[in-house]
Amino acid sequence: MPGEVPLRGRNLGDLAFKTLLTIAAIAIPALLAFLVWELYLGSKLAIERYGLGFISGTNWDPVAEEFGALPLIFGTLTSAAIALVIAVPLSLGVAIYLTEFAPKWIRQPIAFVIELLAAIPSVVYGLWGIFVLIPLLRTAVFPFLRDTLGFLPLFQGPIYGNSMLAAGIILAIMVMPYIMSVSREVLLAVPTSQREAALGLGATRWEAAWTAVVPYARSGILGAIILGLGRALGETMAVTMLIGNRHEIAASLFAPGYTMAAVIANEFTEAATDIHFSALTYVAFTLFFVTVLVNAAARLLIWRVSRGRPSGGQGV
Amino acid sequence: MADRAPPDAPRIRAAGLTAFYGAFAAVKDVTLGFGANQIHALIGPSGCGKSTFLRTMNRMHEVVGGHVTGQVLLGNEDIYAPGVSRTRLRRRVGMVFQKPTPFPTMSIYQNVAAGLKVGARLPKARVDEIVERALQQAALWNEVKDRLHTSAVALSGGQQQRLCIARTVAPEPEVVLLDEPTASLDPQGTQRIEELLFTLKAAFTIIIVTHNMQQAARVSDTTSFFYLGSLIETGPTKQIFTAPAVEQTEAYITGRFG
Repeated sequence: MPGEVPLRGRNLGDLAFKTLLTIAAIAIPALLAFLVWELYLGSKLAIERYGLGFISGTNWDPVAEEFGALPLIFGTLTSAAIALVIAVPLSLGVAIYLTEFAPKWIRQPIAFVIELLAAIPSVVYGLWGIFVLIPLLRTAVFPFLRDTLGFLPLFQGPIYGNSMLAAGIILAIMVMPYIMSVSREVLLAVPTSQREAALGLGATRWEAAWTAVVPYARSGILGAIILGLGRALGETMAVTMLIGNRHEIAASLFAPGYTMAAVIANEFTEAATDIHFSALTYVAFTLFFVTVLVNAAARLLIWRVSRGRPSGGQGV
Repeated sequence: MADRAPPDAPRIRAAGLTAFYGAFAAVKDVTLGFGANQIHALIGPSGCGKSTFLRTMNRMHEVVGGHVTGQVLLGNEDIYAPGVSRTRLRRRVGMVFQKPTPFPTMSIYQNVAAGLKVGARLPKARVDEIVERALQQAALWNEVKDRLHTSAVALSGGQQQRLCIARTVAPEPEVVLLDEPTASLDPQGTQRIEELLFTLKAAFTIIIVTHNMQQAARVSDTTSFFYLGSLIETGPTKQIFTAPAVEQTEAYITGRFG
């Protein structure tokens, strides 16, 4: 009979494709597990010697073989927090301006230029920080802050230039393009009908943006912030060039500090003893867990905010 | 609201109105008035300018970058006169859209009160009153009174559209514009909205754009037929559907084109 297709048989192409994708999907979690295992092996010596006291210890003295990571954890979290405090309002403001208010012809060029900021290597940010940002902060911004907000412990003490605040500011500049461009995409995905509904009720464009557009996109915007947070926690080069690299927990943001990523980059090549090397790997291990914890907390937040409600993400 | 104009004077009226998108005139030189406490239907094939015309009545046409020449008079005031605030205008001329557009992050209560929040702040008890009154007017009160503070997107499509009507009537506008309000609803939801329009006209002047000619025939007091941006014919609904004066109108309502 012409054109008769046998009912039995297998589609080899489908099988091969499925196998390939399954391998790819397994490979990534496997890689992660392998990474964690290697970090554990590398830091085993330090874990056995210092235990969890490593995390609460504040002393870092390779010669005396004393290692405590608390100032590093503090530095990583504080510099990232400063970065978000500065970058979130700024990037959100720009994203809202670009989607809701800016003249049409200017929207694309501005978004493009801001996204270009993400392409600059972090060592270039570091150099710019040393030669431009730090002198500006030391001579103008920090003295001004000390004069106006000096009653807060955050803005007291001697001004060196290299400091927690300088690192936070450079991080803010570095994460801004990520937060801005993702927020912008999410805001663009908000249906026009939502804007028109608000405007039709007699809302100003500002009120329409705040009551209809931004709430609709809020879980997507939180996602953008988390992306920025991830960058800020792990950023190494620019931070180590500006933060001052001192193992210390200071109340003042003018004081130098240190971060987990920065100490690894600075000391890894110089680690002479096995225990020093192992302690640095332990720092990496800790950084990994801090990042996972912060991200998990942030995802939980998104989930709670967007439960049972449409999100900007779904609108894409 | 006291109205100094004689009872027969239209509540809102377009005079020599042409509406543009860039250089393209989507509505051409339309002069048309709408009497108070009546339902007015705008019909015509897709692209005939009826929705654009509707959107010029509360200046939503400008939101998408359009502009107009001519006048739209609300009472005796030209809404396109210099110094007229669009936000104030839209509180007096409300609008319901084709797709239900509840604000998804707000509760039912917050949705209805959304139009009140913009502008003067009212005491809580007053807002409660207005929300109840608006939901009653939109024939939704009995269905949602026990879950006012739950999410608005849990409602069915028809309920969402009635919620949007409640939201629009809450600030007590004089004119309510509806742009194909039942286009995305099932027959049952459509019927509820049509019934609702009859009760709403006691309080408001209603202008409805519809693709559905049976709907226009069922609900409206006057009908205006648009074609290619021009107003072809207007008159009492009965007359338009039984004895249209213009050949094109008859061709459209009998389904020969459009």
